[in-house]
Amino acid sequence: MNFIPPDFAPASSEIFILIMVCVVMLADLGAGESRRYVAYLLTQMALLGCAILTFLSFSTDVSQTFSGMFVDDAMADILKLMVYGTVAAVLIYSHSYIEDRGMLRGEFFSLILFATLGMMVMISASHFLTLYIGLELLSLSLYALVALRRDSVVATEAAMKFFVLGALASGFLLYGMSMVYGATGTLHVTQLAQIIQSEASSREVLVVGLVFIVAGISFKLSAAPFHMWAPDVYEGSPTAVTLFIGSAPKLAAFGFVMRLLIEGLGEMAADWQGMLVILAVMSMAIGNIAAIAQTNVKRMLAYSTISHMGFVLLGFISADSNGYSSALFYVFAYVLMTLGSFAVIMLLCRYGFEAENISDFKGLSKRNAWYAFVTLLLMLSLAGIPPMIGFYAKFAVLQAVINAGYIELAIVAVLLSLIGAFYYLRIIKLMYFDDPETDEPILPNSDVKILLSANGFAVLLLGIFPQALMGLSLYAIQNSM
Amino acid sequence: MSSGFPLLSLIIWLPIVFGVAVFATGSDRNAALARWIALVGSLLGFLIAIPLGNGFDTTTSAMQFTESYPWFERFNVNYHIGIDGISMPLILLNCFFTPIVVMAGWEVIKERVSQYMGAFLVMSGIVNGVFASLDAVLFYVFWEASLIPMFLIIGIWGGPNRVYAAIKFFLYTLLGSLLMLVALIYLYQTSGGSFSILDYHQLPIPFTPQILIFIAFFLAFAVKVPMWPVHTWLPDAHVEAPTGGSVILAAILLKLGGYGFLRFALPITPDASHYLASTVIALSLIAVVYIGLIALMQADMKKLIAYSSVAHMGFVTLGFFLFNAYGIEGAMVQMISHGFISGAMFLCVGVLYDRLHSRQIADYGGVVNKMPVFAAFFMLFAMANAGLPGTSGFVGEFMVIMGSIKISFWYAFLAATTLITGAAYTLWMYKRVIFGAVASPAVEGLEDISKREFAILTILAIFVLWFGLYPYPLTDVMHASVDHLLNHVSNSKL
Repeated sequence: MNFIPPDFAPASSEIFILIMVCVVMLADLGAGESRRYVAYLLTQMALLGCAILTFLSFSTDVSQTFSGMFVDDAMADILKLMVYGTVAAVLIYSHSYIEDRGMLRGEFFSLILFATLGMMVMISASHFLTLYIGLELLSLSLYALVALRRDSVVATEAAMKFFVLGALASGFLLYGMSMVYGATGTLHVTQLAQIIQSEASSREVLVVGLVFIVAGISFKLSAAPFHMWAPDVYEGSPTAVTLFIGSAPKLAAFGFVMRLLIEGLGEMAADWQGMLVILAVMSMAIGNIAAIAQTNVKRMLAYSTISHMGFVLLGFISADSNGYSSALFYVFAYVLMTLGSFAVIMLLCRYGFEAENISDFKGLSKRNAWYAFVTLLLMLSLAGIPPMIGFYAKFAVLQAVINAGYIELAIVAVLLSLIGAFYYLRIIKLMYFDDPETDEPILPNSDVKILLSANGFAVLLLGIFPQALMGLSLYAIQNSM
Repeated sequence: MSSGFPLLSLIIWLPIVFGVAVFATGSDRNAALARWIALVGSLLGFLIAIPLGNGFDTTTSAMQFTESYPWFERFNVNYHIGIDGISMPLILLNCFFTPIVVMAGWEVIKERVSQYMGAFLVMSGIVNGVFASLDAVLFYVFWEASLIPMFLIIGIWGGPNRVYAAIKFFLYTLLGSLLMLVALIYLYQTSGGSFSILDYHQLPIPFTPQILIFIAFFLAFAVKVPMWPVHTWLPDAHVEAPTGGSVILAAILLKLGGYGFLRFALPITPDASHYLASTVIALSLIAVVYIGLIALMQADMKKLIAYSSVAHMGFVTLGFFLFNAYGIEGAMVQMISHGFISGAMFLCVGVLYDRLHSRQIADYGGVVNKMPVFAAFFMLFAMANAGLPGTSGFVGEFMVIMGSIKISFWYAFLAATTLITGAAYTLWMYKRVIFGAVASPAVEGLEDISKREFAILTILAIFVLWFGLYPYPLTDVMHASVDHLLNHVSNSKL
């Protein structure tokens, strides 16, 4: 029997990062206590290497490998590049935070890299099994990251909740996938679309399967009513890990939804549109209203995430490339804003002090006018006020929703985002209108200083010149499989 | 005049650039530098706006000084700006008030000077952008962005209840504008992918959507004007804002709402405007009569002027929905004149507040004995606020009453009651504050206005009298555009 090796080229960056994970673990083992930064530098180099590999292999052609289980198209490349950038930013922001808390160890970095690999597989999967493997690799790494401070009661509790509910959601997803397999006899995303189109499958079984799949996806996206885990996990995790959970995985989840719902089950759009409407409205309502009552800033941002995911789901409702590209633009804007917001929270943390309550923002403009200004930009952007990027994200999604004829939905969305504006304004109020409770200086490292400033500027500049990013989102969607 | 020189862009962006420069001076150690940069920037902003008035062609209703560049092609959004006879006077008014506000805050603002001055300059540029935008998205961006500096100005330098006022101001205006956003996107879809406001003017729209679009516009603009019953944010915001904030709020920001009616609601949805005109007129008359009575009962000077602003802006919306030339031109004159008069009134209250740190009428009395020059100025502005002939306050009110008597005697009658209530609340306040015996040792210690205050009030007094005695330059500028608008509105779009 002849063994024909598969074409490894489309998966070169995944293979590279896997090798680098092993290198990081081994290097950290040998580096010893005083040279922990080796692992950090190696991780950043791994991400840089991946970025170069992905960038070099960038083409508009769709190349499939591993018997069609893995696909490399322009959308995958663009999403992966965004993931690398986000993960690198997460590492820069959290470097001194984790060092202060004794978490600067090889495990942290190798788990982050494993999670990144999981995200990459999710983005590039074109088969239910690879999709699931990618998702589980990401999820398991995240569970472990949350529990990394094993002597912390809250973190352990958060990890426990995350794990139990996450396993349940994976179960939902697998069950749904099995139903779809039963109805169509295939797990290949592309074949699935063809079989459903030819109507050679049982509609009822498919719809039941779809319900379970949508429920599983909603859990991973933290869309209401499957959002319960998010506030607890955001609150309980070390802030650096919250930053990670809240940012890059949303990009991967977007890719996951694209592969599964759009490319695989796109023929059933009429069925999932209705489900997404309910999920989107519930997420925006619960997220925005519950966020008002929060005093813990991480919980507040968790609910804010829920409401933003509602907006992302709105983008999918129109079921055309206009809507998908709007959703992608929204996810990218969201990731940019989340990175900045959590970075500011970590900025307020000191050795032996966790900034957790929104009152920790009090008088920030008197303590440091510049970071207060950056936070102002971020909060206004989250609230969707122009000329910040958050406005254009909402604008693009609303435009897609109205285009699809759901004008009532657009009105509900803007009214709920009005409620949302209140709690972002409250942060601004604390920073600018109140007096500080402490005059502890804010002294970030210079890399954080530069990156956070760039982050704030990006929120403003991409808002003033949104064309490039909007074009890129549309390009990515049009050049997917 | 349409030279290649991007004058209008310069008028928008120069104050913003100077504002950023003022921010960059940083902490209060450089307060003097911040003040001077702000003054230079605001004066330059005013000087470059003068050619806008000189080069303006009053014979045409077409957009002038236009500039258009693609902004983001994905949604066919353009950086398209231009002015006509409706927006030009408002831009000049705004450019005129920025240096006034900078000077008014010169010695009074001692904390975070650079942020205060910078916020005003940035806002000045943003407001110019609102008036000049001919693209709906560009308009919306400027419109919303103008909330941010004002929110901070009220919240940081305002009075004791400033946080409540600032958040109320922000959320109220945001509510209106978000619905407007939905309407604009709907228009984008029905027009086949255009965000040009001028395209919308020509776009035929069926009746039901017109009504809904009108309601969305109406909410956005009525909150900003503000009309009864969505006016409640204004007294709170005014009372808590610092003097400069009150001046800009009354003189400029309220005009955004009025301008919105003329640029969006009337020409885009003419049939709905006609259909709902009686409702809007009713709300306007309630504002004129009922809010006038409320103003009578105020114990706080700023609150009194704030309520009087609501009543005066009621005249503006009344004039718009009469659909005749007197009404609309009168309303425009009223907007400009209210800018000067209310700005001056708030500055006068600011003069007193800076000395005594009280806005309560009861804390004053007999001020004329100690501040005779100030009392004379205050007298002039109070009279103008009451609509005395010979001041600009009279011209606008008179024209609107003339316009409304053509429609209905009772409209004119109810509107004219303001001549009595307006005189009553303004002059009664004046009497209690200025005349009588010296009320307290604090009043005894008052000093008359400084040269700086004298200069500011003189300039305003000149304008109030000029437009009162000779309003022709003002009406001449807007005549062609108002005619065109009336023509346009009288044609059904169904």
